[in-house]
Amino acid sequence: MKNILNRIILMLGLLSVLYAMESCKPKGPAAVTTGDAASKVYVAPGQYDEFYNFVSGGFNGQMAVYGLPSGRLFRNIPVFSVNPESGYGYSEETKPMLNTSHGFIPWDDLHHPALSTTKGEHDGRWLFGNANNTPRVGRIDLTTFRTVEIIELPNSGGNHSSPFITENTEYVVAGTRFSVPMGENRDVPISSYKENFKGSISFIKVNPETGRMNIEFQLRTPGFNYDLSRAGKGPSHGWFFFSCYNTEQAHTLLEVNASRNDKDFIMAVNWKKAEEYLAQGKGRKEKAQYAHNVYDERTHTATSTMMNEVTVLDVMEFPDIVYFIPCPKSPHGCDVDPSGEFIVGSGKLAAVMPVFSFGKIQTAITNKDFEGDFGGIPVIKYESALHGEVKKPGLGPLHTEFDANGNAYTSFFVSSEIVKWNVKTLEVLDRVPTYYSIGHLCVPGGPTAKPHGKYVIAYNKITKDRYLPTGPELTQSAQLYSIDGDKMQLLLDFPTIGEPHYAEALPASLIKDKSVKIYKIEENEHPFAAKGEKMARVERKGNEVHVYMTAIRSHLTPDNIEGVRVGDDVYFHVTNLEQDWDVPHGFAIKGATNAEILIMPGETQTLKYKPLKAGVIPFYCTDFCSALHQEMSGYLRVSPAGSNTPLKFSTGDTGGQK
Amino acid sequence: MKKLILYLPLLLLLACGQQASDNSAVTASAPVGGGQSNVKDDTSKPDVVRVAVNSNVHKTLVAALQAADYVDALSNAGPFTVFAPTDDAFAKLPASTVENLVKPENKATLQHILEYHVYVGNIREEQIRDGMTLNQVNLDNVTLNVSADGKITINGANVLGSVSASNGTVYVIDTVLLPPDKK
Repeated sequence: MKNILNRIILMLGLLSVLYAMESCKPKGPAAVTTGDAASKVYVAPGQYDEFYNFVSGGFNGQMAVYGLPSGRLFRNIPVFSVNPESGYGYSEETKPMLNTSHGFIPWDDLHHPALSTTKGEHDGRWLFGNANNTPRVGRIDLTTFRTVEIIELPNSGGNHSSPFITENTEYVVAGTRFSVPMGENRDVPISSYKENFKGSISFIKVNPETGRMNIEFQLRTPGFNYDLSRAGKGPSHGWFFFSCYNTEQAHTLLEVNASRNDKDFIMAVNWKKAEEYLAQGKGRKEKAQYAHNVYDERTHTATSTMMNEVTVLDVMEFPDIVYFIPCPKSPHGCDVDPSGEFIVGSGKLAAVMPVFSFGKIQTAITNKDFEGDFGGIPVIKYESALHGEVKKPGLGPLHTEFDANGNAYTSFFVSSEIVKWNVKTLEVLDRVPTYYSIGHLCVPGGPTAKPHGKYVIAYNKITKDRYLPTGPELTQSAQLYSIDGDKMQLLLDFPTIGEPHYAEALPASLIKDKSVKIYKIEENEHPFAAKGEKMARVERKGNEVHVYMTAIRSHLTPDNIEGVRVGDDVYFHVTNLEQDWDVPHGFAIKGATNAEILIMPGETQTLKYKPLKAGVIPFYCTDFCSALHQEMSGYLRVSPAGSNTPLKFSTGDTGGQK
Repeated sequence: MKKLILYLPLLLLLACGQQASDNSAVTASAPVGGGQSNVKDDTSKPDVVRVAVNSNVHKTLVAALQAADYVDALSNAGPFTVFAPTDDAFAKLPASTVENLVKPENKATLQHILEYHVYVGNIREEQIRDGMTLNQVNLDNVTLNVSADGKITINGANVLGSVSASNGTVYVIDTVLLPPDKK
């Protein structure tokens, strides 16, 4: 026995020698890339990238815009978080964007971008993003790259399963990550989860012309955690698929208690059927308070409206809206292939990936091929819905994107890799490591009916030794791989801002020529705009002082202001009179407790300032605008409260001095 | 001689990591690859792989993890609960079992068996209750039992001790767990 053991150990030792040598070799430089990687990502100075890559910023509440294949960062668009750099959330005009039923909220956690589509293809109009913490959906206009609308979601405990959109952007959906008590009495014991906690899926209707959102209806669903989602397309248009975990309905130590079931569910929702019930007046109106914030580009001002009602359909009462499909184990990603026929469930704790067939699901529903029900909702037999399983694809499957050639690309968190497989044959074709611990991944057009392909980008959670260290807090990263050939090829690492979750990419040609250069000054309807220096003035209304200020290279008008008193509320309404591309001005004043503001050409923005001490306070332009930028400044004289210093303002008045 | 052979896998594992970091230092133009097990870090608490590598009684397990290509995976963030059979546990298997399992053509079987020893989630000792089942990475269940005097067994195998790792917990066990036969 001892001899056998020795032999085994000896052999294992030798094997691992071979193995280790082998594993050292291919992981060296030669295997990771071929010599032409640099030329494939090199975008010569002055040349444009081929794709825009919109990357969620996670806990920074922002959306970052990169170019591909270069990985160059162009912008960081504030959505749910204040941005002192531009004044978003600090200027009087943008503060209402962050209003909620809980009051002003300066931060959120943005996980998923979703680009608008027409006929299932990118149309380059809007970019939606979710607020995961205080549930909201935001919309960015892709002509201005600005957040123009935010709608809050009542009856949601955390908006993770969002924003996923239907084929023609009819709806943006928002499923609650956390089920919570619903109805009148929400002060219930946490232990009454099974009895009192419910899920909620909001269907946000999008106006096809303006993009304006409104909550058309909400589905009241069983008390699970709703994780991710995709709309059907092509044959499955009219359906939505949601991954659900915690079908155990645990309310504590989910780490253990929500991982007990071998299978959780994919929830298939027939939203056209829901629309039929609504048309028949079967929706129930419920009181609900939520903010709807809209930015008006004519007034350069956001307004926040508090809404007070939603229409609810309880799926328990309409069991042909919703069907459950068993899916191993705590499914995370739930992705629909470009044909709309196949739905990939990624059980994040499973070593097998089921691919469901929409056709088979329909047949199973027709034949009532159910294994039972959950709270009255039919559960389709796993085998009846199944196209097939990808066996042993890797460890910890999370998300799947697609190319135009019938291939799928799945990210595996635990085994840190991207695996390419064929959707029809379910055969694993290729695998590449990521460095390290990939979360989402993105193929340009990957979630649409017409993928643009070319690249797959990994968004990694952990970088450890991949970059120069920066103390305990390290960058997260993206890694760009070519998918043109049979084998995926790593081309580039680039660091990201915040924590990248999901990302989308589209060809630059879809939007670059529509980009707004300036706001026309004659179309500026801001009530405090000064559309010319002659209209610049200062007005007092009680203890409010309104400064109608203009900015043009290289002075502010007025730049000498007197008669302001300690305790006044001073509003600097700054209009940028420039009508020239890429000439913003900024405004900052010493001691301001909020931020600076940036004002784009033709725009008006307002900074509120409350002087606390008497004295003369400088202000200046913060955005380097001209050779005389340093001269672009002024003084505000602040007198003690109750003083009678007359209100006076001027520019260029030397007071007789030569 | 025997000792040297025993340590070869370990030495090479470390040597491999060394090589990867050397590459990054000296060649500016060549990209560097290598999984998380290659990250050079002597400061952090050891992960489950390093716990096994640092152990004197898990040579066979470490070699098996390498053969199954699971060293990098288990160096990931986890969290993992790993039931780690000792060298003696492997020695209890019928003759030539391990010998066969580490052959490249049996990699899938070896992975299946090793996956039966790993749960994604960190089950600390105080969380273990008598009769608790865990659905392992290979999708089969294991059953944990706690005796009246507090001794823990998994599918009847004795838990000899546990080690807290940065990405989970390692339970040292005296018998290799074999997944149920699929009919």
